[in-house]
Amino acid sequence: MKAKSTIENYLFVLPALIIFSLFYIYPFYKVFTLSLCQWDGIAPFNFTKNFVALRNFKELLFEDKIWWQSMAQAGYITLIALTFQNALALALALACDRDIKFGNFYRVIFYLPPILSEVVVGLVWRWIYDGNYGLLNYWLQNLGLSHLVRDWLSDPQTALTCVAVIHCWKGFGWGFIIFLAGLQTIPRELYEAAKVDGANSWQIFYKITVPLMVPVFILVSILTILGTMQVFVLILSMTGGGPGYHTEVPVTRILASMVGSSRFGYACSQGIVFGAILMAVSFVQIRLSKYMRQA
Amino acid sequence: MQEGTKYKIERIFKNTLIHIFLIIVAVTCLFPLLWMIGSSLKTQQTVFSDMSLIPKNPVWNNFYDAWTKGGFGLYFFNSVIYTVSVVFGIVIISSLAAFAFSRLQFPGRNLFFYMFLAAMMIPLPGSFVPLYVLMTKLHLVNTRIGYILCMINVGLSFSIYLLKTFFDKMPPALEDAARIDGCSKLGIWWNVALPLARPAISVIIIFNSLNVWNEYILATLIFSSKSLMPLQRGLMIFQGTHITEYPLLMAGMTITTIPIVLVYLLMQKHIIKGITAGAVVG
Repeated sequence: MKAKSTIENYLFVLPALIIFSLFYIYPFYKVFTLSLCQWDGIAPFNFTKNFVALRNFKELLFEDKIWWQSMAQAGYITLIALTFQNALALALALACDRDIKFGNFYRVIFYLPPILSEVVVGLVWRWIYDGNYGLLNYWLQNLGLSHLVRDWLSDPQTALTCVAVIHCWKGFGWGFIIFLAGLQTIPRELYEAAKVDGANSWQIFYKITVPLMVPVFILVSILTILGTMQVFVLILSMTGGGPGYHTEVPVTRILASMVGSSRFGYACSQGIVFGAILMAVSFVQIRLSKYMRQA
Repeated sequence: MQEGTKYKIERIFKNTLIHIFLIIVAVTCLFPLLWMIGSSLKTQQTVFSDMSLIPKNPVWNNFYDAWTKGGFGLYFFNSVIYTVSVVFGIVIISSLAAFAFSRLQFPGRNLFFYMFLAAMMIPLPGSFVPLYVLMTKLHLVNTRIGYILCMINVGLSFSIYLLKTFFDKMPPALEDAARIDGCSKLGIWWNVALPLARPAISVIIIFNSLNVWNEYILATLIFSSKSLMPLQRGLMIFQGTHITEYPLLMAGMTITTIPIVLVYLLMQKHIIKGITAGAVVG
């Protein structure tokens, strides 16, 4: 009777477990075995024959300059997202936190870019930035700023920043919602009490809002880093990694190793190294947040 | 009195500044979308000269051409199929599993649950490489079912987590009453647990719908025949082959975007709740 009931209970989790083992655990295991092999993805795979030990990792860590360039470029986008995007999100959240007219209207609009697909966002902006037919150049010309006119996404000097700006455009609404939710958990009485004690707005912000928001700041920055470092569909639809390698990021490099040069093993070693870096970053941040909460 | 008026003027001034700031940002959010819709109503001849947001003589033909000749009707149909089946699969499979993790006893229960949790925490960038290898092995490349199963897996862990926290809060009295009335476990899941978890299920439905509708990379790797491709993939293909046919491309993009925006406007309260829940988990 009990055995039958246990089997019955297992049936509830069985579909989830099958899908999970097949599409998560097996690929997870496969990444590690493939990363030790050299394989083009077409020929029959034979572990002992294709085994190259750590050669992929050696090449990736010490010889692949473009890989590290792509990492630095993703870091640059992340830096802009952490500062510019999150500052904007916080400013908007502070503005909407009071009983402002049309508060809900703004909220709905600000969260519109995050729900759009990266392909759509990338293709619209690609056209706006276009050197020949783009709206941006048209406006610059009409404003008498023709010296600024350029092919924004084909110019190595501007391409990466243009992509980063669009990434922020798409992402700030998300930060805004989280910051706003955080702000609304702060009891209003604290503000009232501070006002009675004669504190000005800046003091209230600095002495009450900021300390209480530290956990939210840390949460948003962890998620911003993890999300932005892994950005790539936006890049595929805006620049495809070009000009040259100037807008390549780690995930587009992984895709290039796999689809472009048919080096499945190498692509897997890139995935592992990148995943480990991301884990390390979030680990450090979680540690930091625990430390700051104790202090 | 003097003080009061001064204070009032200061406040109005401050509020106006805040509104100007908010309006500028809101316009920046909306502008690319309006530009996209406006351009989809221009012709190939006027699109590079007419820089107005709303064209004087809107041409609706682009939508017809994009739907038929551009293939977006087919892509749209595919996207609907994938979104509906994936979301349906996720809701059923994850609620069954979450119900078991919350309410039923079996060996390895916690271990399995933590496995799903760990999957949410461990980043696996480039997981599309081994997934593609797996698909080839299972002969699921370029099949609808292969893509659907992959996408079900993507949304599974988070949904199980969210639903389990919901089921944990379910009063045991309800469950006992149902059992006394002769409900089987499956009956309790269907009649008691699922209706109670309705808010969580709507969050799951909305987020996974957005996610599947907007998904690009797996659709790119898995599908090679156009007749199976969803909208995002179709857009990139169209852009690649008809590089400057902007009005048609913009019409295709409008077709892609309108359902998402409608769902969003109808469901925005759930969505905003869901983001906060999602962030706390992540």
